[in-house]
Amino acid sequence: MKLIKQLFGLFLCFAWTDGVSAQVDYPRIVNSDSEPNNWLTYNGSYKSQRFSLLEQIDRNNIGDLELKWVLQNQVYGPWQSNPIVVDGIMYITERPNTVIAIDAATGRVFWKFVHTPDERAKVCCGANNRGVAILGDKLYMGTLDARLIAVDRINGKLLWDIAVGDVELGYSVTMAPLAIKDKILVGVGGGELGIRGYVAAYDAESGAEIWKTFTIPGPGEPNHDSWEGDDWKHGGAPVWITGSFDATQNLTFWGVGNPGPDWNAGQRPGDNLYSDSVIALDVDTGELKWFFQFTPNDGYDYDAVQVPVLADLEWHGTPKKVMLWANRNGYFYVLDRITGECLLGKAYVSVNWASGLTDECRPIPTPQPDGMPTYPGNQGATNWYPPSYSPRTGLFYFSAWEDYATIYYSEDQEYEPGRAFLGGGFSVLAPVPDAPTIGIGRTNPINNWTNEVGHASLKALDPITGEEVWEFEQFDVSDSGMLTTASDLLITGGREGYFHVLDARNGELLYYKNLGGQIVMAPVTFMVNSSQYLSIISGNGLFTYGLRD
Amino acid sequence: MGLYYMYHFGLQMSDKRSSAFPYIALISAVLVLSKVNLQAQELGDHQYTSESIQLGLGIYNRECALCHGIQGNLIDNIDLRRGKFRFAASDDDLRNIILEGRAEGRMPAFNLKAAELNGVIAFIRAGFDPDGTAIRIGDPGRGKTLFEGKGECSSCHRVNGKGPRMAPDLSEIGITRTAANLQLNLIDPAAVMLPINRPVRIVTLSEETIVGRRLNEDTYTVQILDSEERLRSLVKAELVSYDISDRPSKAPTTLDSGEVADVIAYLLTLVGRENRP
Repeated sequence: MKLIKQLFGLFLCFAWTDGVSAQVDYPRIVNSDSEPNNWLTYNGSYKSQRFSLLEQIDRNNIGDLELKWVLQNQVYGPWQSNPIVVDGIMYITERPNTVIAIDAATGRVFWKFVHTPDERAKVCCGANNRGVAILGDKLYMGTLDARLIAVDRINGKLLWDIAVGDVELGYSVTMAPLAIKDKILVGVGGGELGIRGYVAAYDAESGAEIWKTFTIPGPGEPNHDSWEGDDWKHGGAPVWITGSFDATQNLTFWGVGNPGPDWNAGQRPGDNLYSDSVIALDVDTGELKWFFQFTPNDGYDYDAVQVPVLADLEWHGTPKKVMLWANRNGYFYVLDRITGECLLGKAYVSVNWASGLTDECRPIPTPQPDGMPTYPGNQGATNWYPPSYSPRTGLFYFSAWEDYATIYYSEDQEYEPGRAFLGGGFSVLAPVPDAPTIGIGRTNPINNWTNEVGHASLKALDPITGEEVWEFEQFDVSDSGMLTTASDLLITGGREGYFHVLDARNGELLYYKNLGGQIVMAPVTFMVNSSQYLSIISGNGLFTYGLRD
Repeated sequence: MGLYYMYHFGLQMSDKRSSAFPYIALISAVLVLSKVNLQAQELGDHQYTSESIQLGLGIYNRECALCHGIQGNLIDNIDLRRGKFRFAASDDDLRNIILEGRAEGRMPAFNLKAAELNGVIAFIRAGFDPDGTAIRIGDPGRGKTLFEGKGECSSCHRVNGKGPRMAPDLSEIGITRTAANLQLNLIDPAAVMLPINRPVRIVTLSEETIVGRRLNEDTYTVQILDSEERLRSLVKAELVSYDISDRPSKAPTTLDSGEVADVIAYLLTLVGRENRP
């Protein structure tokens, strides 16, 4: 019996090695367009467009979609992870810090790697992990206790495990790392715990730190004077969503989160750079090449942690390398990604914290009186949910929250190491006194808050004008990201548990299915054995669909 | 029936819905903010005056704080500020306990003037907030009688398995609402009706008209309890019209302020079968 097992193991080893023989080296990731069968990074490619060149599933056969397999989550809580798929193998993370390798065609689990975070780990908003990065034969995961871990992608064995930040001081990693060249880039969370944020690059082989760029400049560095006194030491500015990379410019772009304490802007006078900004770094040195701040001296928790979506557009007659950005603060921006210049800024929902933007896209603040609602509310007009840009339709798609407002209050707070550093609080504007309101996630199958507290609007914007071309409304709000395909499908979800397939050109609803649990990630698509699949996580299940055989 | 927000659905799901509701929600939300303050002034003898609460603060600190503490929680199983008592439910109960004493003299009898007594009760009912509002809490027994009789509450509301289902079940209302919210519900129901409970009027493609109470809703469907007390789940794409009223089907109560205080007292005892002491 033992011999048979060994022989079978040997057979599996060969069979499998054959399947995954090719290493995922850097040229493969740079040229991910040439292998649309795979989903190689958190955002699908360095451009982060979440646009797939696959077109087997289209509007004509969408009615033939059928469920192929379901993977049941083994832990409780919103499942925000985003799978990557390489040559028929899917890699996904499960709360808090488990990596799972799965046969992408059948859902069979090959192995699990479990990291148990240090019990001192603190996160503001749930034990989230959003996925892994792949490079060569290794997978990389950031952890709640602020570590970066490399595991062997064939057998799930630990290769190395290094500290990215001090768990005692509230540092954590919830994002999927990004592999560029021979480095693994990762940022730190902890914006509600008085950290000082940074992006760091580690040697993919050894885990040795190569560079570390703080998102708050220290004494003597440019823009340090955007803070007063010692505020910079605990000013937050976390980085908790995966960035993008432009190989032609050697620049990597990262969204930076809120300054701390969150809701007392008066306690930290100044612009508080580079909180609520996008930063462009030289990928080899980490040197800051440019920045653009969306919300100076933010008192509303308007993290700029959206995914930097890179596109090459014909900009009023001139080809331009741009970055598309629907920000949590309610404005949509187009930036020149070589210089950081703001080309366009336009509100996409009702906004009352600012009356508009200057020519340089700096907001003109209009703080609301005490006790009055601020639009958009605390979770923002959008948030970390990944958008999509389709080069075919030329439209930019994202989940927005409309008619959602918050009443903020602020109070002075002293920094204490490792403790929540919030400087106040907020309540969501309710239509009548004591009515239920929207929370960070959905735990109730009955929507007793209703669309009057806020609701989702999937927006399709023309980036050249910033105008909405069409929208698709949902009754509840949505934290789901977007996926577009070369067959002009737009696939997304929402808290109600539906996954919706729309015509990306005009928003026509082509297909919907209720999967029973909130969808708080972005769907991905891939191909195995000449069949295209769609994977989407709803509640505690990862559902994979394909066309009927 | 009152005003309706009009949502109309075309035959094609891709048709954009009426965009009226966001604005209505916005306007009503802002109105509510100012309305609540106005109502607090208009509620008159339903609640204690702020002068009475201020007077009570002084009396409490002089006579009560020594044993009960500044926060009102130094005696086991009693938290005056949060309305947790050993022997009292109504304001009259509190009055009697203060005048007569309790627990074999460990709570002595106090000889307070009527205004002082009122003040201490007002201060307790205001949650120890001298700037707060204090709702009168009457007698739960009388309240139950009013609920089932003159007040006509039980002709629509169900409690502990008894009564119709047309209006929300109140079996646990005492733990989900404050006294102030219950009072407003009785006096001005339109101001506090939860949006999910709004009455709906629906016409289906098969020309059926359905009237009922909304229970749940999502992007594609709505679940209601119809006028025959049947659960109905409807697909919005199959509706000709779907109208939601901003007016509850009940009118403001005609009970007087003492009777309202009694009904509030009764409602506060409704804590669900599993939560009963």
